[in-house]
Order: sequence, then C-alpha cells, then structure tokens
Amino acid sequence: MSATLENLVNQPYKHGFVTNIETDVAPKGLNTDTIRMISAKKKEPEWLLEFRLKSYEAWLKMEEPGWQNVHHPKIDFQAISYYAAPKQKPKLKSMDEVDPELLRTFEKLGVPLHERMALAGVAVDVIFDSVSVATTYKHKLAEVGIIFCSMSEAVTDHPELIQKYLGTVIPPSDNFYAALNSAVFTDGSFCYIPKGVKCPMDLSTYFRINTEESGQFERTLIVAEEGASVSYLEGCTAPAFSSNQLHAAVVELVALDNADIKYSTVQNWYAGDENGIGGIYNFVTKRGLAKGVNSRISWTQVETGSAITWKYPSCVLLGDNSVGEFYSVAVTNHYQQADTGTKMIHIGKNTRSTIVSKGISAGHSNNSYRGLVKVAASATGARNYSQCDSMLVGQQSGAHTFPYIQVANSSSQIEHEASTSKIGEDQLFYFAQRGIDAETAVSMIINGFCKDVFQQLPMEFAVEATALLSFKLEGSVG
Amino acid sequence: MILKNSKILLEVCDLRATVNGTEILKGLNLTVRSGEIHAIMGPNGSGKSTFSKILAGHSAYEITGGTVLLEGKNLLDLAPEERARAGIFLAFQYPIEIPGVVNSQFLRLTYNTVQTHRGHEELDPLEFDDFVREKMKLLEMNPDFLERSVNEGFSGGEKKRNEILQMAILDPRLAILDETDSGLDIDALRIVANGVNQLANENNATILVTHYQRLLNYIVPDYVHVMEAGRIIKTGGKELALELETRGYDWVGIENDAAARATA
Repeated sequence: MSATLENLVNQPYKHGFVTNIETDVAPKGLNTDTIRMISAKKKEPEWLLEFRLKSYEAWLKMEEPGWQNVHHPKIDFQAISYYAAPKQKPKLKSMDEVDPELLRTFEKLGVPLHERMALAGVAVDVIFDSVSVATTYKHKLAEVGIIFCSMSEAVTDHPELIQKYLGTVIPPSDNFYAALNSAVFTDGSFCYIPKGVKCPMDLSTYFRINTEESGQFERTLIVAEEGASVSYLEGCTAPAFSSNQLHAAVVELVALDNADIKYSTVQNWYAGDENGIGGIYNFVTKRGLAKGVNSRISWTQVETGSAITWKYPSCVLLGDNSVGEFYSVAVTNHYQQADTGTKMIHIGKNTRSTIVSKGISAGHSNNSYRGLVKVAASATGARNYSQCDSMLVGQQSGAHTFPYIQVANSSSQIEHEASTSKIGEDQLFYFAQRGIDAETAVSMIINGFCKDVFQQLPMEFAVEATALLSFKLEGSVG
Repeated sequence: MILKNSKILLEVCDLRATVNGTEILKGLNLTVRSGEIHAIMGPNGSGKSTFSKILAGHSAYEITGGTVLLEGKNLLDLAPEERARAGIFLAFQYPIEIPGVVNSQFLRLTYNTVQTHRGHEELDPLEFDDFVREKMKLLEMNPDFLERSVNEGFSGGEKKRNEILQMAILDPRLAILDETDSGLDIDALRIVANGVNQLANENNATILVTHYQRLLNYIVPDYVHVMEAGRIIKTGGKELALELETRGYDWVGIENDAAARATA
C-alpha cells in the first residue's frame, strides 16, 4: 500500500467526540427490576410492562445466535446499562429551548437542525441517548393526520395504535436481539400515515449514542394505512469510545392495501480504530410487512459504520401483487465485520421482489451478504431478481456471499446475479496518468459501483452517502 | 517535424531502473525537442514499454540512476498525476477497464483537472459535451462511447481510439504511445494515425513505442531509435525503420559490435 493511500485510509473518525451532558444512567445489569425501572421512568401503561416482561422471559430462554459470519468476544449482558436519559428541563416547546451543548453536537456532525429543517423541509425527530428531545414539523404533519413522534409519546398519546401494531411484524420471540429489544427498548420513533395520505415531506430521524457502556435499544414502528405513502430517513453517527457498545434496534413497518413505505438508512457509527479496538455492535432487526394488496416496502441502506453489523431488512410479501425491494451498500474497512442482507418472503400471488446488494471490503475487514428468497406454495407467479456485487480493496479483505433460495411454487421466477471485482493499482495508475489523484479515483470507482443503490436514496441523503463512502474508503487501495 | 532552435522538451540522461531487483534500463539517453516525432523500436523485452511507464511514473519501477527533465524540470520528483498535469500523456498498450465509471464523466474530470492545473477555466457538462463531440469526430467515434463505462467491453480498437481521444482532450506536451498499433485492424490504424498526426504541432512532441514498422507508414517519425537490453543502441531517420523491417533487429546488434571493434 503506498504511503498516501495509507494516510488517507487512516483518517480518524470525524465524529469522534463525547458531548458533556449530564445523563441519568441505570445501574448495569438486566433483570425484571431493570425492566420495571425503565417502564416506570417512562410512565408506561401496564400492558406495555407486560409486553416487556414477556419478552424478557422469552429472551432468557433463547441463545445468542452463532451462525453469522462475524467474530467477537462474548457479550456480557449484565455489564450493560439499559437506560440513559439526558437530564433536562420539562418538555421543550421549541428548538431554542434545546440544550445548546446538544445543538453543538449536531453542528459538529454537520447536521445543523435549523438548517436542515429550513433548507430540506425535513421533520427531524431527534433521538439523543434514547429520549426524544425535539420533534419538529409535527403540527404541519398533524394537519394531514400524520402522526410522527417519539415512541414514548406515542405510547401515551396513541396507545391503541401501538397496542395494535407493536410486535406484530417482529414478535418478541423472533430472535435473541429482538427479544432483548422488546424487553428493554427505551425510545424510538412512531409514524402513522392515515388512509389515502401521501406524506408531504421525507421524515427523518437522527440517532446518536452518547453514553459509554449504555446499550441503545431503539424501537421504530411505521404504519401506512390504505393508499398511504411515506419516505423515511434514518441516519446515525456516534462518538468514538474505546469499549464496544451494543445496539440492538427493532424496526417494524406495516403497509396496508396500496400503501407504500420507503425506508432509507445511512449508518455511520463508530467502527473501532484501525486496529479493530472499540466500535459499535450493531445487531438490528428490521422487517416490513406488505400486508395489503399492491403494497410496497422498499429498504435502502448505506452501511459504513459499526465494528460489527448484523442486519437483514426484510419484506414479508403477504398481500397479492405486493412489492419488496432491498438496495444496499455495505462498506467495511480495517477490522470491521458486516453480515448483512435481506429476506424476501413471498406469500401473496404475483408478489415481486428486487435485491441489489453492493459490498465493499477494504483493510482487514470481512463483508458478507446473506439473503433468503423464499417463495411459499401460495405465491403463484412470484418473481425475484437478485444482484450481489462485491468489491475488494487491498489484499487482506474478504467478501462472502450466502444466498439462500427456497421455492415451493413452480410458477415462480427467480434470478440471481453475482460478481466480484477489485480496485487495483493499475486502475489508479490509469487515473493518475490522466491527472486524477488516488482519492478522487477511488471515490469515482466506488460511486460508480454503488450507483444503482444511491439512485434509490433521497437527494440530500445521496450526497451525504457519497461523501461518507469516499471518506471511509479513500486510500485503502494497495 | 524537425525545427530549428526548437526547445528541448524531454531530456533523459543515463537512466537506469530496476523492477524487483532486475535491471531493465541500463543507461538510456534520449533528447526530444518540441515539434518532433520519435519512434522507439526494438525486440520484445528490450525495455521499450518499461521506459514509457517510467516516464509516466509507474510505481513498480525503481529508478537507480540518471535524470529525466521535462522542460528543464526534474520529472522524477513528480507523482504520476503531477506528471500528467505537467503535460506527460501515456496512451496505454492495454487500457484498463473501469466498470461503473461513465466515460463522459471520466473524460470531463480528467480534462477539468488538467485545465485547472494550467490555469484555465473548467467546462460544465454541457460545454464539455460539445467540446468532446467535436474531438470524437477526429477519431470517427460513435457518441455512444460517452455513455459507456470507461473501456468496459470495448474492443481492442475502441480502447485505443479512446486513448487517442483522451490525448486530443488533454493536449499534452509529450505524448507517449505505447504499442498503440497492436490489436488494430487496418482501418482503425488509419483512423488512429490520422488523429495522432492532426494533434502533432510545433509545441508538442510524440514518442511512438512500437514493435513493427507498420505504424510508421502512417505516422512518419523524425527519428527512429533502436532499443536493446535497456539502452538506445542506434538512432537514425525514418529510413532506419524500413531497414529494420528488411534486416531484423539482430542486424543492428551485429553492426554495433562491428563498429565497437572498429573503434577499439
């Protein structure tokens, strides 16, 4: 690896700093008392406490999964603090009341809220260490009947909706981390688009982990009623800590007849340093239920951060003619590990799914695509198209593909394409001979490689993602 | 064309280079003045292609001795991209494919990068489109080329034309064409040669690295150099190429040995 390339790849994590805000942290450890404490802190109704306790019971009986292609020391779930809330004044009426320190954090991240709100017209539900601090544009959205608020508020203000949908797409017993999340989730976002309403703006949430050793257990639920549509953006960054942090979020989407949900993620959590020390463990369960006829669920993700990423945003295509999409770019560098992909479960007739996955591995990292395309006996005329491309950067990185295809209906049509390529010194020399430096060259090659996915992102996100990828990868070629 | 009082563009003095410890260039000397076209010929393994890559700054080679000046400046101090910006252009023998990168974007980026370095204005995509389409006519290229990935799935001839198109866009001081004739059918050869001839002027110079005399029927050199074992062992006019074709490379070696004995 040439010296300039080495320098580029070893740039420190740009968002690495700790915000100095007093936090209210639960003692480490998990038991029914912890769960009762979280529930009490959040003044939750009895049914939700029951939901948590049942999930906890289920979790106790489950074992940590071991099939994924990642390696990490055993997680001590009793060494984690399960609740951290910023200490703050009572409810804020406007952004002016938000802790200036917190606002500065967002400035450092390049996410000035005011600007974001004004320029992009995006309603940002800010999550800061598990508790919503400000919800914007809420009233404007309320005018058309859209509910966009923190999960805590939703539990208080719209208990009937939460009770109706929470855990219906991902039941607490679904998997180890989903069970854990269901037991201890602290906050998250809730979004409800009523019948026939097209959400007039992209909805966006910024997540951020800020307390050392505090697990983050976000819970997101999006419901689109008949004929409704929404585009939801999720972006993450986190400060640099030396010890690993566990993040086990659960995201559930429900699309009824003719409804359309587009969920986009840019994930840039702390990935550990160049020696693989520290970084976030990002073990996320995301699933959408395309419940109604002609409904559509589309996942787009750009995964660049975390020491370990373990997530499979999936679609259950229950309604006839429903559509599931998964567009993914996963980038790993240094000692990062990613095992990510999707599941497309075809149940309804004439259901269609598209999978486009681009994995880029640099440094000593390992990047796995794992996907399941399952066509049930009922899914007459189902179709799937999958494309999995891997790009290797440097000599020590690994790319792996684990595509599973299970078909129980002979009328279905499944296509799978895969490729592996490499950014080589020869390509960079070609660029250099035309006056283009390595940094620009890598960014151009990577953006070309990821084009099909970036096209799916909302404009401002696409710009961010492009910059992020260049930042993560430049100079790792050699 | 050989011009009176023309400036020295490139001056290579006793250049020595190794790859993985093996010496490839063993004291190469060459002077190129503006306006001139030089052909470097020689058998396989004589170091011709190595020499062109070294001029462009390929990192696989280690320079162990000698100097290379481009318009009086030490070329060896410059990174490959800086050499390109300073006016060195290498038309590759095997242009590499870059999947996913659209040719028009690549061409505009390289044009704007070099132009900025020379203190000129950049072109926006629309202006560049007009500019590049004009240049493409020179090489009888289909505009479809612009929308394809760089060199991806191009035939051998298309790749070579794409190289000369880049040369036309970048307007280098010194163009080095490494075996540009290889893999070209006679029509493509004519088109490429025609492009190179039209781009040659009194302010630039061209080095043609070639194995065969064939290309020199279309691009007439001012000087022909014969390279063997990492050095230029004979220099002559265009007629030298024809002589080589009839008598073979061995002849130069024998003649040189005889000359060496005669002077001894």
